[in-house]
Amino acid sequence: MSEDIDITQLEIPEILELIQDDLYDGLADEVVASVRELLRRGLTPYDVLTKGLVAGMDIVGADFRDGILFVPEVLMAAKAMKAGMELLRPLLAETGAPQIGTMVIGTVKGDIHDIGKNLVAMMMEGAGFNVINLGINVDADKFLNAYHEHKPDILGMSALLTTTMPYMGVVINTLKEQGLRDKVLVLVGGAPLNSAFAEEIGADAYCRDAAVAVVTAKKLLAIKRGEPAV
Amino acid sequence: MNAIQSFLDEAGYLLTDGAMGTMLFASGLGHGGAPELWNVEQPDRVAAVHSAYLEAGSQIILTNTFGGSRYRLQLHNMESRVAELNRAAVKLLREAVAASGKKALVAGDIGPSGGLIQPLGELTYEEVVDGFAEQAAALIEGGVDILWIETMAALDEVKAAVEAVRRVSADIPVVTTMTFDTHGRTMMGVTPEKAANTLLSYGAAAVGGNCGNGPEEIIAVIQKMHAIAPQAILVAKANAGIPELVAGQPVYRASPEAMAEYARLAYDAGARIIGACCGSTAAHIQAIADALEGKRTGR
Repeated sequence: MSEDIDITQLEIPEILELIQDDLYDGLADEVVASVRELLRRGLTPYDVLTKGLVAGMDIVGADFRDGILFVPEVLMAAKAMKAGMELLRPLLAETGAPQIGTMVIGTVKGDIHDIGKNLVAMMMEGAGFNVINLGINVDADKFLNAYHEHKPDILGMSALLTTTMPYMGVVINTLKEQGLRDKVLVLVGGAPLNSAFAEEIGADAYCRDAAVAVVTAKKLLAIKRGEPAV
Repeated sequence: MNAIQSFLDEAGYLLTDGAMGTMLFASGLGHGGAPELWNVEQPDRVAAVHSAYLEAGSQIILTNTFGGSRYRLQLHNMESRVAELNRAAVKLLREAVAASGKKALVAGDIGPSGGLIQPLGELTYEEVVDGFAEQAAALIEGGVDILWIETMAALDEVKAAVEAVRRVSADIPVVTTMTFDTHGRTMMGVTPEKAANTLLSYGAAAVGGNCGNGPEEIIAVIQKMHAIAPQAILVAKANAGIPELVAGQPVYRASPEAMAEYARLAYDAGARIIGACCGSTAAHIQAIADALEGKRTGR
């Protein structure tokens, strides 16, 4: 649809809106073209990120939560987001734009399911976070090593099996033993989990789906940093 | 006439079995262990689960091969053992049926690959067909009566699995069910109506829903499928509720009585192949058997 639109003729707010529409439709090439155009017009990389890409992914996230969009549409949107992000990432670093946050995420030891976990990773990237995805079958050592290497604000753990979810508690206990528990927010998710389980193992929050994960991460991080809640 | 239809003509409905994983965990399968490995390492314990379901009245029993494709086995570094583990599963189930003296269909269970097909994921359609064909060949050579493709979320993956079965056998009946656990659709957004129409167009002998968020939601799935495909043989295989954690252990809350009520509702909604999934035991299947017998005799 947007190939008939000449973006050079649009006002900046119109292009920002177009980015959001194209993200929603999973159109990576169109998103990249709009990002380029906005940068050419002199918008800061940070504004392109927050007012274009992140704002667009917020809409995708809300419609996913509400059952209007499903995994395929969200995956395509996230891919389009990623394409735009690749252009912005080096520029954001160059310009010293404020960091939204860093997340280390993995499916815990003994568990190999990663569709939901990858969706969270992509939606978090979509929200502007720097995400280190450790993959599947991640043990406490690997989580801890990644913590020391990347100093994340958030540690995310996923499990699909009732038999593997207790391992999340093992990771949290290891964090406690090393005096690191208070330095990082721990978010957990996966089909068989609930809030009571998250509380029982000492996580900061249970996130029902990827959209909730993004909202929760932003909210808890703002509280932790003493910023007004977003 | 296929094997499913001749059973249906006899009683008007067919009772499947219940959970395999739940029963194996109860008999000592460790965290993260591959249930399929027990087909060769603990065949007696797997057979005991089959026997319990046969005793409870199950007329379709699924082989212990849900994760028996190379995609799932490779996560346990056992991708070279697809043929061995699937054949062993069929053999021990055949023996359990023979030992029971009952008449039951041996269904070769095929679960999802765990991945997504391109462009959403990394897997190509062709390699998924190849992977499922390897498993289907072992199941069919082992001697299953029908194939049972279940817990699917994506239509392209079901298509690949059915195509894989057809590569091995032109006429063996294939049952396909999907899991409707996300706002009444599958994780990939497939509605029950779309699923019924599409799976039937793939040549499925029966279609339906399994697993998911407990018995209530699957009734609505069956109603929708029945409305759009009134002639189709519909399958309902619900979980015994949603697992709740008690002291870190999953507990499924639906009682055998609740599952009996679910079975009656599923029958009334149009399902003719009825059973249970995660969290169910032989006691649940026995209760469903009694409930369905009541339907047949008008009690």
